[in-house]
Amino acid sequence: MPPLCEVDDVKVHFALRGSAAWLRTLRDGKPPVVRAVDGVSIDIEAGSTLGLVGESGCGKSTVARALVRLVRPTAGHIRFEGAELTGLSDQDFNEVRPHLQMVFQDPAASLNPRLSVRRMVEEPLKLHSALGAAERKERGEAVLEEVGLGAELADRYPHELSGGQCQRVNIARALVTNPRLIVLDEPTSALDVSLRARVILLLEELRQSHGLSYLFISHDLATVRYLASRVAVMYLGVIVEEATTAELFDRPAHPYTRALLAAVPVPDPDAKRDPFVLSGEIPSPIDIPAGCRLRARCPFAQPVCAEPVPYREVAPGHFAACHLV
Amino acid sequence: MTDVTRPPIAPLAPTSATLRLVWRRLQRNWLSAIALGLIVMMMLAAAFAGWIAPYEPDATDAAATLQVPSLHHWLGTDIYGRDLLSRIIYAARVDLTVAFGATAMALVIGCAIGAVAGLYRGIVDLIIMRCVDSVMAFPAFILAMAITAALGNSVGNVLLAISLTQIPNYLRLIRGEIFRIREMEYADAARVVGNPAWRIMFIHLLPNALPPIIVQATLAMGYALLTMAALSFIGLGIQPPQSEWGSMTAEGAQFIVTGEWWLFLFPGLAIVLMVLSFNLIGDSLRDFLDPRMRGVR
Repeated sequence: MPPLCEVDDVKVHFALRGSAAWLRTLRDGKPPVVRAVDGVSIDIEAGSTLGLVGESGCGKSTVARALVRLVRPTAGHIRFEGAELTGLSDQDFNEVRPHLQMVFQDPAASLNPRLSVRRMVEEPLKLHSALGAAERKERGEAVLEEVGLGAELADRYPHELSGGQCQRVNIARALVTNPRLIVLDEPTSALDVSLRARVILLLEELRQSHGLSYLFISHDLATVRYLASRVAVMYLGVIVEEATTAELFDRPAHPYTRALLAAVPVPDPDAKRDPFVLSGEIPSPIDIPAGCRLRARCPFAQPVCAEPVPYREVAPGHFAACHLV
Repeated sequence: MTDVTRPPIAPLAPTSATLRLVWRRLQRNWLSAIALGLIVMMMLAAAFAGWIAPYEPDATDAAATLQVPSLHHWLGTDIYGRDLLSRIIYAARVDLTVAFGATAMALVIGCAIGAVAGLYRGIVDLIIMRCVDSVMAFPAFILAMAITAALGNSVGNVLLAISLTQIPNYLRLIRGEIFRIREMEYADAARVVGNPAWRIMFIHLLPNALPPIIVQATLAMGYALLTMAALSFIGLGIQPPQSEWGSMTAEGAQFIVTGEWWLFLFPGLAIVLMVLSFNLIGDSLRDFLDPRMRGVR
């Protein structure tokens, strides 16, 4: 069975503008480009959660935005339920939208302050279904109920809601058209810790009851570990490692993954830790080093790391892009 | 538990909640209340001028010229014996109509073009904004003078001149707001849900861009009134015998030296009070429409 959603070698490049970009064009002989996503391939299986982790600026949100067509990929293919999405006209893509939804990072900022909860949750139905006003109201309230919001909140406005309630409204809006896949772009990072757990539990419950699939983007490894069945690690626009959650957390292969895992605080002073830190900062996505992109920061770097990196299977179902594993 | 269970509050229709908030604000801010009252009073007087004005505005009375304010003529009479109060009330019709009309026209045109510039960006925006810059290069009053001088000074042309000079203000304001709001997450969310472009504009962007525009429009009302009075004062606005505050002030100014002070004082006072009221309302609207100021004061 083919995966629900295939992202196949997708690239998203942004051209730089302005006088500085013009000067660089003169110097380098070609216009400068931000390679935000530089050849990402991931598969999302139906009914499962793929975690996508990486530090800020690595391009994980851009992958999400490309999936729901907030940005157009520069190259590559996205297939959803076997159908090619990349070539679709905006009109045809609208047919897919009810099945492919997204929840954004900032719960309050992703709600229109001038619309009531009810109008926001019913909006997708208005756009994509033939339901009448009464049926929309019924469906809207049912979904609000499902995400743990009472009908009495339906007439409130976003500024009258707490952060957790806002995020529940966002989830309800994404859920109301019965989608197959929901892209979750750091849905919990703006919430405080106590709410985070509740939202995570809610998401997992909804996934099981609706047979949903998630692309769960986060830099919070603990929540990824809980929610995801597979995890892909992204660094500077590419996937450097992908494996099942247990495999990745127990036997990380790529030095970058090991560094990420080592950075997670463990609530046990005697725990043995991978004493592992990367030096320096993430390079600019304009000047991406040739060969392994981690080379300049990696403590194991060898001369061979300047060569193009193969992405290979290091164990069954466990892929990594490193010369040294 | 704060997340899930809040005590259910009695559901309120949003409009009545807003109205009550406005009312509470006005009670605390008596200056705006007075300003609002003055504007409403003047509008009512203008609308029902036929019943309220004690005399016909253009009826001359050779037996009662240049009368000091008295019980018969509350604000006195002019050199033709016309009742000043009646003329001021009738003048409010022209003045307020032009001020409202010019502001409304500038608002609609400015918002429409500004929204287009904000939506399409790029070359469209560039062309529109350079046109706006060239309009703004003229001092607004000189431009209004030139337009009325060129087109002839009917009420319609004065309205057109004032509104033309104001369009750039709204245009720039709404364009900036659209630029800001189109990058907000809720605009992205609206796109992901599958809103067509017109819904994104009219449901998700414009309503959120409006508060500063409303404030600008209220403040601009005062400005429009002042421009019109100034145009009439120098003879480029409304022509006599049609009464208008600016031209009445101009007529009255000739009599300052001979001591008939009421002739310029009262029309001038009408202008000052109305402009002041619009500015006060604009200021408190600004506070009111800023969500961060909710619940303050």
